[in-house]
Amino acid sequence: MSTLTFDVAEVRKDFPILETGIAYLDSANTSQRPRQVTGAMLEYFERFNSNIHRAAYRIAEEATERYEATREKVRAFINAASTKEIIYTRGTTEGINLVAYSWGRENIEEGDLIVLTILDHHSNIVPWQILAAEKGARIEFVDIDERGELRQDQFADLLKLSPKLVAFNLVSNALGTINPARDMVAAAKRAGATVLVDGAQATPHQPVDVQALGCDFYAFSGHKMLGPTGAGILYGRRQLLEAMPPFMGGGDMIKTVSTEGATYLELPWKFEAGTQAIAEVIGLGAAVDYLSELGMNAVRAHELEITEYAFEALSELDGLQVYGPPPSRRAGVISFSLDGIHPHDLATIADRDQVCLRAGHHCAMPLMTRLGIPATARASFYVYTQRDEVDRLVSSIKEAQRIFHPTKSSISRGPQEVA
Amino acid sequence: MSTPMSADDQLYREYILDHYKNPRNYGRLEHPDITHEENNPLCGDVVGMDFQLHDGVIEDIRFHGRGCAISQASASLLTERLKGMPLEQAKKINKDDVIGELGIEISPARIKCALLSLKVLKVGAYGLADDDEE
Repeated sequence: MSTLTFDVAEVRKDFPILETGIAYLDSANTSQRPRQVTGAMLEYFERFNSNIHRAAYRIAEEATERYEATREKVRAFINAASTKEIIYTRGTTEGINLVAYSWGRENIEEGDLIVLTILDHHSNIVPWQILAAEKGARIEFVDIDERGELRQDQFADLLKLSPKLVAFNLVSNALGTINPARDMVAAAKRAGATVLVDGAQATPHQPVDVQALGCDFYAFSGHKMLGPTGAGILYGRRQLLEAMPPFMGGGDMIKTVSTEGATYLELPWKFEAGTQAIAEVIGLGAAVDYLSELGMNAVRAHELEITEYAFEALSELDGLQVYGPPPSRRAGVISFSLDGIHPHDLATIADRDQVCLRAGHHCAMPLMTRLGIPATARASFYVYTQRDEVDRLVSSIKEAQRIFHPTKSSISRGPQEVA
Repeated sequence: MSTPMSADDQLYREYILDHYKNPRNYGRLEHPDITHEENNPLCGDVVGMDFQLHDGVIEDIRFHGRGCAISQASASLLTERLKGMPLEQAKKINKDDVIGELGIEISPARIKCALLSLKVLKVGAYGLADDDEE
């Protein structure tokens, strides 16, 4: 069992990009990568670069072994029952689309109900909208309360309508809300629904146990958890995956092909057509090793500490509104807005001080519409975040306020409030 | 680490902030001959414009929207320039004109904000005309 703390200063030494002086507060967007990850990828390129699963020589055997080794690392990391349930994808979006195209086209019919939530990322909305439009299914969204938490009463009411599918994110990327996923999955299963959990924002930041969670599908991305872009994971319950048709056809996923047709490989390769992102998958394996060594409880504890610190510091500023729940029920994400200053302008001013901040709708336009705002500024934290970076954010905010409101009495709300 | 700012701020110059806080020609026209709205899907900026034409001249113009200082100041400045201009001449306004009018260095990250109002003008103006696409 790992300890509950780690030395952030030591962790930071593994991330060369931090030596450039940036305060990187955009890890919910994409994380930085430690030397261990880039090193593992470089080793592949320089020592055993070759294609996998068709090894006629030693380096290709090594590439295949290293590529497949990630599967077991990920299986253990999320406590899946078998590596057959671990499908490599390009990322969360591809994982959800795989389920929508393969499982969805076989199982969703006209008039069926799909339940999503207003906290969902576009990647967990649009694939279902495409499917629903094609099949004549309908979609309902669970709303949030004033604290940015899902309305469980409304969710319970929607479950009474026997949805075929329930899909939601474990952690909201826009507000940081940690949803009570275990209870929600259990309730949805009792109602007879198939359940997909979007784990893009949860997997990098807290311990995940897909068997305890009880969901049917669980998708996440490597690039938000210290790994490279282009490698992600779809977990699916074996029974469901066995019954599903392939998502994409091509090389690497077939057993035999004739002019009459094809037979497919068994799990998990049935879903992995074409030459895979070999270096990226190896990098993802190194990222899982890195996080496992830190311990996910320790990762969560560190982020909670930073989030509480940031929450307090931001709450003390005039003209600043934080969206979402208190730190104990949110991940290391703080979305906020400033009176009379658009988030994009704040991000530009922060950038001059090398503070990297996200400004926008965070691929959650339905949520922004629900909140009645076009965009928020968002600071998000990870294993390498330290307090002085939060202090630099506060300085940038004060600088933006000084530029936009030179004298306090002249605070103008700007045209964005007039609309 | 911090660059010197305030009065000599390279991006948020006083007149930019003035156009942002006190936008010119802000609002809607009751019976516009052309009305068009565009948004910037990346940051949620919205700019819309209403044009009233008389003998091919932009007799009156209003813009509405919400967004960052750059997008809104750019729209405000553009309406000032457009008022009283023949539509055919307005169609010829290009991105260099708009950026020149802003008079500030625009980074690649902000170029879409600066040019959103120009897009509204272009699509709006050409949407009304049926030929002479550039």
